[in-house]
Amino acid sequence: MGVEIRVTDLNAWYGPVHTLKDVTLNIPANHATALIGPSGCGKSTFVRCLNRMHETNPIARAEGTVCMGELDIYKDASPVEIRRRIGMVFQRPNPFPTMSIYDNVASGLKLNGFRKKRVLDEIVERSLKQAALWDEVKDDLRKKSGASLSGGQQQRLCIARALAVDPEVLLMDEPASALDPVSTAKIEDLIFQLKDQYTIVIVTHNMQQAARVAEKTGFFLNGRLVEFDATHKIFTMPSDKRTEDYITGRFG
Amino acid sequence: MRINFQQKLDELKERLLVMAGLVEQAIQRATEAYSTRDLQLCELVKLSEPAINRMEREIDQAALDLLAMEQPMAVDLRFIIAVIRINADLERVGDQAVNIASRVQDLGMFANIDIPVDIPKLASLASAMVRKALQSFIEGDADLAQSVLSLDDQVDEMNREAFRSLGELIQSKPAMTPQALNALIISRNLERVGDHATNIAEDVIFWVRGADVRHGAMVERDKI
Repeated sequence: MGVEIRVTDLNAWYGPVHTLKDVTLNIPANHATALIGPSGCGKSTFVRCLNRMHETNPIARAEGTVCMGELDIYKDASPVEIRRRIGMVFQRPNPFPTMSIYDNVASGLKLNGFRKKRVLDEIVERSLKQAALWDEVKDDLRKKSGASLSGGQQQRLCIARALAVDPEVLLMDEPASALDPVSTAKIEDLIFQLKDQYTIVIVTHNMQQAARVAEKTGFFLNGRLVEFDATHKIFTMPSDKRTEDYITGRFG
Repeated sequence: MRINFQQKLDELKERLLVMAGLVEQAIQRATEAYSTRDLQLCELVKLSEPAINRMEREIDQAALDLLAMEQPMAVDLRFIIAVIRINADLERVGDQAVNIASRVQDLGMFANIDIPVDIPKLASLASAMVRKALQSFIEGDADLAQSVLSLDDQVDEMNREAFRSLGELIQSKPAMTPQALNALIISRNLERVGDHATNIAEDVIFWVRGADVRHGAMVERDKI
């Protein structure tokens, strides 16, 4: 099941550049939350702070509190533990190109010491079914590599890979921006199905996509969270003029 | 800045105002026809209906195109929704004008009697509501729109009073029933004009403030 994420006074820097400023918000469990804003506004940095990926860059640092349920992820857990509990899907599908479809999905489990073939088989099948890919690949699991799939299939493979380690949170950084409309619709349907079981945070430039899949939406601008509210409110009557200017295209 | 989109929104507003002009003229002619019993004015009102109907369809189509092609958000989305609703209300006001013109034509077939209802005053009040509602739309002025809502009670009361006094007239002088019934229908149509003006004002408030004040209620949306 998903878990609530409570973020308090989060700040982040890349070298001297202050990219995230005093962000405080609660991301509800078992819902999809969308983050929107212009390029460079800090939304991707914010998401990377949620699973401690931000700090993998040697010049980057973050301060503040991020709690996943009762767990303070910057105090009480290692980055490895955090990334097992928080899956991430990126803009460009990144399957391991030399691995089979099966091994792509099982890779995280194997890294975590799973060896029993029957258990692995079950989890791979369940994950591919959750990612709505099973029917398309079940006959080629070990024959085809992840890279042989179409872009949309590769992205769903990456989602299956993220789900295989049984995370509580799924972070998606523009997961459909490199996909055609049919593949995009499949990813959105998938988000809709998964959000009952996981806490989903999706960064998107596509505002219609945010409106379609997310219950809550946050608008970032210049490193600050300008507005965070129910999605229908953000897109019909936002409270802040800057949000309205951005979503109506009057920005800049 | 989406310049092309903003231009299209401006064009939509202009088209709606052209339609509003036709509708206002129809109501004004219909009520003048009642006061003067000018049957030619009645014909002019009836002739304006096809043009109003055509404009309604064109405005709806333009609004639909904008929704489909531009995916408007927030204030722009509310504006287009308001235009679609106001468009429908204006078309109905045009229909009320035609109904009034028909009743005036019918009145012309009977002896002129002293009707105990101040129809011109009711018409003036209902027309003022329409004018004020449209002015609030032109200026995007929710406060002005709000002031229209309170006028509707006066129009409703005048219509109720007309019902009472015309009922009494029918009872006391049955021979005047045709004239009384026509006056009653005219009064009822003017009351409906006031209702449509109220709807237009509510749509302006929705567009400007994002608040749904229809049916006297402020609707709160659910929050998760």
